[in-house]
Amino acid sequence: MTDLTRLTAAQTAERVAGGEVTAVEVAEAHLARIAAVDEKVHAYLHVDREGALAAARAVDARRAAGEPLGPLAGVPLALKDIFTTEGVPTTVGSRILEGWLPPYDATLTKRLKDAGVVILGKTNMDEFAMGSSTENSAYGPTGNPWDLTRIPGGSGGGSAAALASFQAPLAIGTDTGGSIRQPAAVTGTVGVKPTYGGVSRYGMVAFSSSLDQGGPCARTVLDAALLHEAIAGHDPLDSTSIDAPVPAVVEAARHGDVRGLRVGVVTEFSGEGYQDGVMRRFTESVELLRELGAEIVEISCPSFTKALAAYYLIAPSECSSNLARFDAMRYGLRVGDDGTRSAEDVTALTREAGFGAEVKRRVMLGTYALSSGYYDAYYGSAQKVRTLIARDFQRAFESVDVLVSPTTPTTAFPIGERADDPMAMYLADLCTIPSNLAGNAAMSLPCGLAPEDGLPVGLQIIAPAMADDRLYRVGAAVEAAFHTRWGHPLLEEAPVL
Amino acid sequence: MTVTDLVSYEDALASYDPVMGLEVHVELGTRTKMFCGCATAPGAPANSQTCPTCLGLPGSLPVVNATAVESAVRIGLALNCSIAEWCRFARKNYFYPDMPKNFQTSQYDEPIAFDGYLDVQLEDGEVFRVGIERAHMEEDTGKSTHIGGATGRIHGASHSLLDYNRAGIPLIEIVTRPITGAGERAPEVARAYVAELRELIRALGVSEARMEMGQMRCDVNLSLMPKGAQAFGTRSETKNVNSLRSVERAARYEIQRHAAVLDGGGVIVQETRHFHEDDGSTTAGRVKEEAEDYRYFPEPDLVPVAPDRAWVEELRGTLPEPPRVRRNRLREEWGISEHEMQSVLNAGALDPILASIAAGAPADQARKWWMGELARRANEDGVELSALPITPEQVARVCALVAEGSLNDKLARQTIEGVLAGEGDPDRVVEARGLKVVSDEGALGTAVDEAIAGNQAIADKIRGGKVAAAGALVGAVMKATRGQADAARVRELILERLGVQG
Repeated sequence: MTDLTRLTAAQTAERVAGGEVTAVEVAEAHLARIAAVDEKVHAYLHVDREGALAAARAVDARRAAGEPLGPLAGVPLALKDIFTTEGVPTTVGSRILEGWLPPYDATLTKRLKDAGVVILGKTNMDEFAMGSSTENSAYGPTGNPWDLTRIPGGSGGGSAAALASFQAPLAIGTDTGGSIRQPAAVTGTVGVKPTYGGVSRYGMVAFSSSLDQGGPCARTVLDAALLHEAIAGHDPLDSTSIDAPVPAVVEAARHGDVRGLRVGVVTEFSGEGYQDGVMRRFTESVELLRELGAEIVEISCPSFTKALAAYYLIAPSECSSNLARFDAMRYGLRVGDDGTRSAEDVTALTREAGFGAEVKRRVMLGTYALSSGYYDAYYGSAQKVRTLIARDFQRAFESVDVLVSPTTPTTAFPIGERADDPMAMYLADLCTIPSNLAGNAAMSLPCGLAPEDGLPVGLQIIAPAMADDRLYRVGAAVEAAFHTRWGHPLLEEAPVL
Repeated sequence: MTVTDLVSYEDALASYDPVMGLEVHVELGTRTKMFCGCATAPGAPANSQTCPTCLGLPGSLPVVNATAVESAVRIGLALNCSIAEWCRFARKNYFYPDMPKNFQTSQYDEPIAFDGYLDVQLEDGEVFRVGIERAHMEEDTGKSTHIGGATGRIHGASHSLLDYNRAGIPLIEIVTRPITGAGERAPEVARAYVAELRELIRALGVSEARMEMGQMRCDVNLSLMPKGAQAFGTRSETKNVNSLRSVERAARYEIQRHAAVLDGGGVIVQETRHFHEDDGSTTAGRVKEEAEDYRYFPEPDLVPVAPDRAWVEELRGTLPEPPRVRRNRLREEWGISEHEMQSVLNAGALDPILASIAAGAPADQARKWWMGELARRANEDGVELSALPITPEQVARVCALVAEGSLNDKLARQTIEGVLAGEGDPDRVVEARGLKVVSDEGALGTAVDEAIAGNQAIADKIRGGKVAAAGALVGAVMKATRGQADAARVRELILERLGVQG
């Protein structure tokens, strides 16, 4: 019998729709897989067994009643614990929201439910999405299914690890500085940061409002596209949501083609700090693109070297304000309320106990950067850099259709290695951050294993805002060529858990 | 509490020039809140008009209320301001339990309206121009009720109750430029400005601007500088001065207090002060040792507001006649003095009078009732005229009954009394109380005959030519008919019966 957890989302949906298998059987297979391996991986913070089975039963009932099913009906999904789910815990990987049961569904959650997607549970993440390793979760780290002693990337390490360990064929991530793409890269999966405003942020707990973007995670480019289409589109509850048709991503994923495409290689994304094996796989990918008919152009984006610095002013500034609401007054953790203390003291004690070190570090950085007298030098300058980066992209896209780079400078590093060195940790997002600052679209997909450690390497493709379909057209072509070359998807080479 | 030294008002003004700044918050009367779809109706049970957005729940996002933006633009235009072509909201960051997100979504250096003025008319008719620095949009906070403390303030309270129904109600903050050159009339200017602004807001129909309900709140900033000086002194900020009278009193008090401190060689501390309705004094609140750092930055959750120029011009076309201009026009139409008009305004009678006129009452009659009987009653009950349980339409009906001769002045008064007592519409009161003028000639004739018969001595005097004596007989008839007769007609009948020419 087929192992249902090894199917792609597209295959699963097809079989459920065709009556070959029920949504309940698919859900149960995944719940069994979770029960078997997640103790080792720790991809999930909360498994919603009852909710998942109820959703699956509803899909089966609709099929039995002859109602039409959407392209993802009955497909299980792992939801990053940053999206609110009515009545289901939503912690954002933080103690400060431990035990909180949201009274409302995020727009994305609602759209998934409407599409008949079966939400298995909520996945682990760096606290408030601040981190690149999932080690900053208040609930313990997640292991990389390729090597459980290594990090699965972050902040969406739980979602990526769930995919790579076959605990779900689809997952949702959020990408503020690379939190979808970098975990995808280090786990050998596919992750897409849609154009800013492409997917509603309503109900997505904010880290950095002007950078945060939810997006699809999957094991194949087509699956990511199907999920992308299900969650994208205008939402009147999110003012920054784009009121325009969703780019035809599924169509693009079904017709991978790079012939005649102009591909820019960003020269700034190489050199010191880039692992040899990563650069080797990346160079091969560029060669592959050329073989497939693309025209390769070297492009310089000089402002990208300042992206990391700008990011670490803008993101902490916004987070210092976004996280102010966690004051113990209305929801979540409350510490020290013994009847003698003032509200101010209770707020301070709760934030002291409820936030982890990285969150505190960024709240302090941001508070400082926004202070009067420092605002212009820090936040103001960072916004100027942001404009320069957007201009670099604009100029680049005048001569090329997409840009490519390694997704992250190194493969998965061992858990604990960079835990005490924030600067080293921040470098993991060097290549991904510019797209967040500019608000354009980017994808990471597997491009092989680094020879020196046998760990996955990600290829990043960047497209202009609202040209998300280009990512899928290029991604699908590259994926197909690699599968032909390898004889199988990369994840087949991952150790069996 | 230490006794505060004051200098007499006249002495203070002899040495110093006051500089004022007025900050007025107006709650817009929109159906829904500034950034979410929650209802805004007052008086709802605590926390019943809330949602994830106005409670600041994790993940929630704001969406701008288009009606509020329209109201802001109209207010800006009415205040002769420029309207921003492009502006953003900003976050004002500070912690307070009644602020759900611990930042207030406001506007900082990009207000929607700026550089305007409002001409206000003082009691003697002099027009004073108050510069408007800006008008910007923001959201209200929730409401804290401190339980267990003596004063209702947080100090000494055992716990506090939080109601977030008010959180997210749209506010427009209107800030004046420093008001200089008003001299001794500064408190009067302050009052006239707030009164004029209130009228304007009401005329625009964007808020009822009822100060007693907190729909309009005023902060009075005041400083003194020695006469002839150019540099402003240090200011105090008296918060939440919530009636016209209080605005005037607060300004006056602060002038006297500042003068006393300065005369004594002291320095004014920049601080917020609380105003006390009972004795008109102010006391120190929070000391602003260093300017509070709100860490403003552009609100990333909202897209910029860019009012279309054609739309702005369209809104300009909907502006009502400025209240001051309208008042002057009405004063001329009615042929009354400045002083009389001022009394009408002070009594809050303008709108009711106009509404009664609109309902068909003659202007002088409408004025007579609202400024007479009804003003007296409102004063006795300590309520605003508009809060009396009688409508302008009902007053107009009473005027109509008088005009058609069904009621005389005295009966009309009783009818109004009945309406105020909740006995129903004027017609119903007249019916139930039997107040109609006795116009049945037969019944009246009998009463006249009886009065003549019972007062032969007086009747003889009248017959003898002492027409003035008829008054006594009229009185007798009025008494017999319990005041329901038309006195003029009674007099006619008496003279007729006695064969005397009136």
